[in-house]
Amino acid sequence: MFKYFEPNKIFSITSKAPKYVLFLFIIFISIGLTEALILSPEDYKQSHSVRIMYVHVPAAWITLGIFASMTVLSIIGYIFKIRNFFLISKSLAPSGFVFIIIALVTGSIWGKPTWGTWWAWDARITSMLILALFYLMYLLVWRLYKNQDKIFKISALITILGIINVPIIKYSVDWWNTLHQPASINILSKSTIHPTMLLPLAIMTAAFALFSLLIFLMKYNTELIKIKNKGLDRL
Amino acid sequence: MISKVLFMDGYGLYVWSSFAFTLLSFFLLFVVTKIQYARERKKFIVKFGNLKSEKASFAKSQSINKQILSNTSGF
Repeated sequence: MFKYFEPNKIFSITSKAPKYVLFLFIIFISIGLTEALILSPEDYKQSHSVRIMYVHVPAAWITLGIFASMTVLSIIGYIFKIRNFFLISKSLAPSGFVFIIIALVTGSIWGKPTWGTWWAWDARITSMLILALFYLMYLLVWRLYKNQDKIFKISALITILGIINVPIIKYSVDWWNTLHQPASINILSKSTIHPTMLLPLAIMTAAFALFSLLIFLMKYNTELIKIKNKGLDRL
Repeated sequence: MISKVLFMDGYGLYVWSSFAFTLLSFFLLFVVTKIQYARERKKFIVKFGNLKSEKASFAKSQSINKQILSNTSGF
């Protein structure tokens, strides 16, 4: 099954895909921004500041999704010695890191009018900050080390340790008394968010997912060309 | 209408700065990634150009090398 993940086979797809993904992203982000900034209603309690949710929440969701994907790829890559899985994981990391920074910064901006403070050491914010540090460590490992086996081992270890933090982030609002409200969107039970707010949130989430896919494809293609550059040196 | 969208009952600064930070981060990440891609591809083309004819034809037999040279991604 893993032979389908051979770089030579997927490059024909990954090299053509970015322009289409960029086109889709522009469409989604344009509709999403119009919905989020103009068409969606204000909240009865938070007024217009609720609009920050449309960038804060998708960024947080996607950064968690990316980290979980990186962990799965690193574990499978390490067990089955599939180098390409580490490359995919490495290519996902920059967008994951940028999304967690967006989530932290927009969360801080949202905190000021809502809670009266830019920052609080509450469980959700602190656990998100810890995840940002794991992202940073992961990216640094690829920069600092030259030995590939060492990089694979350490980066896999970082993702395994970091993934422990992901359920803590998710359930922190239920386990501890935090400033954050409990989840408004539930897959298994009824969501408490109004459809007029759910629609822009869904569109913005799709736009953010497309953007992370675009960056992933560009990074992955760059990594493949880097490998091919080394291949030319050996000829 | 325009002033309502801009000022948002006093929350405009918070809302617009959040969206501006997000879009600026997107733009910077896109530009940096694009520069890295272009740099690696340029390096590849230069190295490929310096290959002797037999080595170049061997390298060109790999489809991935042909695709890199033809820049099908459009980026």
